[in-house]
Amino acid sequence: MLLSALIILPLLTAIALLFCNGLRQVRVLALSGAVVQLIYVLWLLVVYWQQRPAGDAAAILFEEDHLWFTPLNIHYHIGVDGIAMAMILLTALVAVAGILVSWSVEKLNREFFFLLVLLSLGAYGFFISLDLFTLFFFLEVAVIPKFLLIGIWGSGSKEYSAMKLALLLMGGSALVFVGLAGIYFNAPTAAGHTFDLLQIARAAIPAEAQKLFFPFAFIGFGIFTALFPFHTWVPDGHSSAPTAASMFLAGISMKLGGYGCLRMALLMPEAAQAYSGIIILLATIAIIYGAFATMMQTDLKYINAYSSVSHCGFVLLGIGMLTKTAIMGAVLQMVSHGLMTALFFAAIGMLYDRTHTRQVAQLGGLLKVMPFIATVFVIAGLCSLGLPGLSGFVAEVTVFMGAWQNEDALYRIATVLACASIVLTAVYILRAMGKVIMGPLAGTGSLGDSLPDAGWNEKLAAGILITGILVMGITPFWIIQLISG
Amino acid sequence: MMSDFFILMKQELVITVIIFILLLLKIGADLSNEKMLQLANALLLLNLVLGFIGNRPGVLFNEMFLANPLVVLEKNILSLGTLIISLQSSAWLKKHDHVPEFYILLLCTLLGMFFMISSGNLLIFYVGLELSSIPLAAMANFDLGRKRSSEAAMKFIISSAFASGLLLFGISLVYGATGTLTFSELGALIAGGPLQTFAFVLLLAGFAFKISVVPFHLWTADVYEGAPVAVTSWLSVVSKGSVLFVFVSVLYTVFKPIAGSWYNMLFVLSVLTILTGNLFAIRQHNIKRFLAFSSIAQIGFILVGITGSSQLAAASVVYFVLIYVFSNLAAFGVIALVSAVTGREQLNDYRGFYRTNPVLSWVLTIALFSLAGVPPTAGFFGKFFLLLAGAGKGNYILVTIAALNMILSFYYYLRLVKAIFMDVNEQPIEQLSIPAYSKLALFICITGIIVTGLAGYVYDYIHSLSSKF
Repeated sequence: MLLSALIILPLLTAIALLFCNGLRQVRVLALSGAVVQLIYVLWLLVVYWQQRPAGDAAAILFEEDHLWFTPLNIHYHIGVDGIAMAMILLTALVAVAGILVSWSVEKLNREFFFLLVLLSLGAYGFFISLDLFTLFFFLEVAVIPKFLLIGIWGSGSKEYSAMKLALLLMGGSALVFVGLAGIYFNAPTAAGHTFDLLQIARAAIPAEAQKLFFPFAFIGFGIFTALFPFHTWVPDGHSSAPTAASMFLAGISMKLGGYGCLRMALLMPEAAQAYSGIIILLATIAIIYGAFATMMQTDLKYINAYSSVSHCGFVLLGIGMLTKTAIMGAVLQMVSHGLMTALFFAAIGMLYDRTHTRQVAQLGGLLKVMPFIATVFVIAGLCSLGLPGLSGFVAEVTVFMGAWQNEDALYRIATVLACASIVLTAVYILRAMGKVIMGPLAGTGSLGDSLPDAGWNEKLAAGILITGILVMGITPFWIIQLISG
Repeated sequence: MMSDFFILMKQELVITVIIFILLLLKIGADLSNEKMLQLANALLLLNLVLGFIGNRPGVLFNEMFLANPLVVLEKNILSLGTLIISLQSSAWLKKHDHVPEFYILLLCTLLGMFFMISSGNLLIFYVGLELSSIPLAAMANFDLGRKRSSEAAMKFIISSAFASGLLLFGISLVYGATGTLTFSELGALIAGGPLQTFAFVLLLAGFAFKISVVPFHLWTADVYEGAPVAVTSWLSVVSKGSVLFVFVSVLYTVFKPIAGSWYNMLFVLSVLTILTGNLFAIRQHNIKRFLAFSSIAQIGFILVGITGSSQLAAASVVYFVLIYVFSNLAAFGVIALVSAVTGREQLNDYRGFYRTNPVLSWVLTIALFSLAGVPPTAGFFGKFFLLLAGAGKGNYILVTIAALNMILSFYYYLRLVKAIFMDVNEQPIEQLSIPAYSKLALFICITGIIVTGLAGYVYDYIHSLSSKF
């Protein structure tokens, strides 16, 4: 029951939300649910450290296994290893911050928080699943809340973005389904056909079947994490979404895809080896193309959205490199990017709430008016460009070091190109920051310099995420140990 | 022998008794519509409850009539569908002059379906099929004042007569080729010569008409649009479901020896059906036509499952039909209510629906999600198992096509969801009060949508009953 509580708690919160009335009740309930969940996750982390055999990151703890559909041998099978634990922690942090940032959502607030909680539920369920059916189930649970959150509470061409996101992600699920069906029927396990991750990993799928079904599963999950050329939902989706939904989307949802890709690569190692050249090619294109595309953007949300494409490219690059260090880097990058991009979107949301514009050209000198928000903005930006001491640096360096272990020319070239993208990142981040927070005051409208700075809820949200970034940036060893022993 | 007769044919007998009760009441008593509806719903509930108790397997009349647990379950699913439809059409029937006649016709078709499902012989199958289609034509015409309703009835009777003709031709060829019409004997005699294959093609075409598989689907949209909502939901859920049950059992028992040849036919038909259903659904403006095409696409998915030809496939089809009963009827329940009170049936009318009717909006949305196959609704499990069954024979091309087609279907279902939640409308559908009967029906449907999927033992149970395949 230890781990099932991770699903039951949000479920209870969501159901209780349906019986709430008024913004005050709704947000207090949603927040307390998320905070309890965060405390519970931290406690779980401690227990995990204590119970885990020293140095064995692959050890699965808190396992629960119930037969769900007997004839098909489908189980509700959950458990966590180090990687899943890190992702759960990320989810809990972003969830609390996201709810804090949406403190003053007036429109249909009950539905809004209900969907946010549902989205986090999908993510928790996904990360703890050890059965591919359960995994797929939770992957899809998280699609519809995104559609509704963007379509109802979004801005700009929200219906278009919501539809585009939903359809592309649905396409991803469809491919994942085919991949899973192939695994199900081809894995030669002792217990007959099964979706059980651990049993399939032990049984080793025949190389032929791996090569046939790996692309389906990998591209399918890849769409969720902005694999080039299926990344087009990311900019539209992120920029149309309301602030909290952007944070959830970029901070948690995109990680579902990365995590799924990683699991597939570990499950079908021979196919991953065979296709690694293509993965790396696509990842490098995403990194470079994403960075160049970001430079052309004028809207802050689009800047962060395109830079997410670039940053998620590092995750795929790490997975494609297939060395232990690179894969560790990929996981670090997922956590780091989750925290950093959530922080970035939160800062943009706070700016937008006050200035009602996200155009870089219309903003200026905000450090003088809103020192706190501007500082948050700077920290997020510096983390994004990989400043040492913040989490982005740790993750990217690990990916590069892991990538360099491959001696093949193609891999080396890809690594060099990916490294070069850091310069591009610096260009767009510094340019945007310079314009928005320094220089003459602009974009504050009639209120001039009397615009309020962050409220307590916003400070708390930013504080939680910044703590995460700093802890990971300054003392990376604990999370590295958590992931790889 | 006599007790056999009463036990094995219990469900048919109960329906017959109910028909006679209603008939006598129509002649002798002068009940108000309100009373009549109460009585009819009570009788249908009784029928459903009786369906679950005191069953045992057996055969009657020289294997003309079969009863086994799967058949009983299938009949119970249809009874459940009938009860739900009856509950949710109360708003419409209350204002109608001919309530008893509606129920008599409805139950006659149900009786025909029961005989069809239980048939162990092509002749009784045919008799059951006719009994289930002819009263249906009269039902399609039940909005007596509306021209479109008569038009729908006309189209239905012509197309179903054509389908019956094909079936009869096929049946006579089967008899000519093998000398018997009994399922259990046919299984050994079908070997796949040209005559037998031709007979099979004719039978397949007949079935395809009834479950509106492309290219035999042309009647569907017009009839759905013209007929009263209650009849449309009956056509799309109960009527189709019953034919599907028989289709699967005929394919898997009688025509098992030539599985290789019907497998390819089903491949082509299912791709065509899914694609046509989806593409046409996108372009519809009338919500009934929209659901008509979406139901065509759903049939395509079922065909994908059927190509798996295994116990898994048979169980998945029955399971899917059960889920389909809940999901489609939940959608039709909302539409029936809106149509009965306001008369509005266009997709655009549903813009801004959430502002005026939040509860109905959620019901409709959950139903649409279930039809689209989104978890945690039952539709997800239904589709997953159907496609998994399809993949069981290693036909991943078909499964990939079907899975990618889910994107298309997702698009049009989500478009309606978008209209409900996101669009603004100057004249939204006014706030509706939900009558008690409809409330009950919608509650059953939503509970069904949630429980049937998540509770694994429903599938386990159906799977254990499908062991004969």
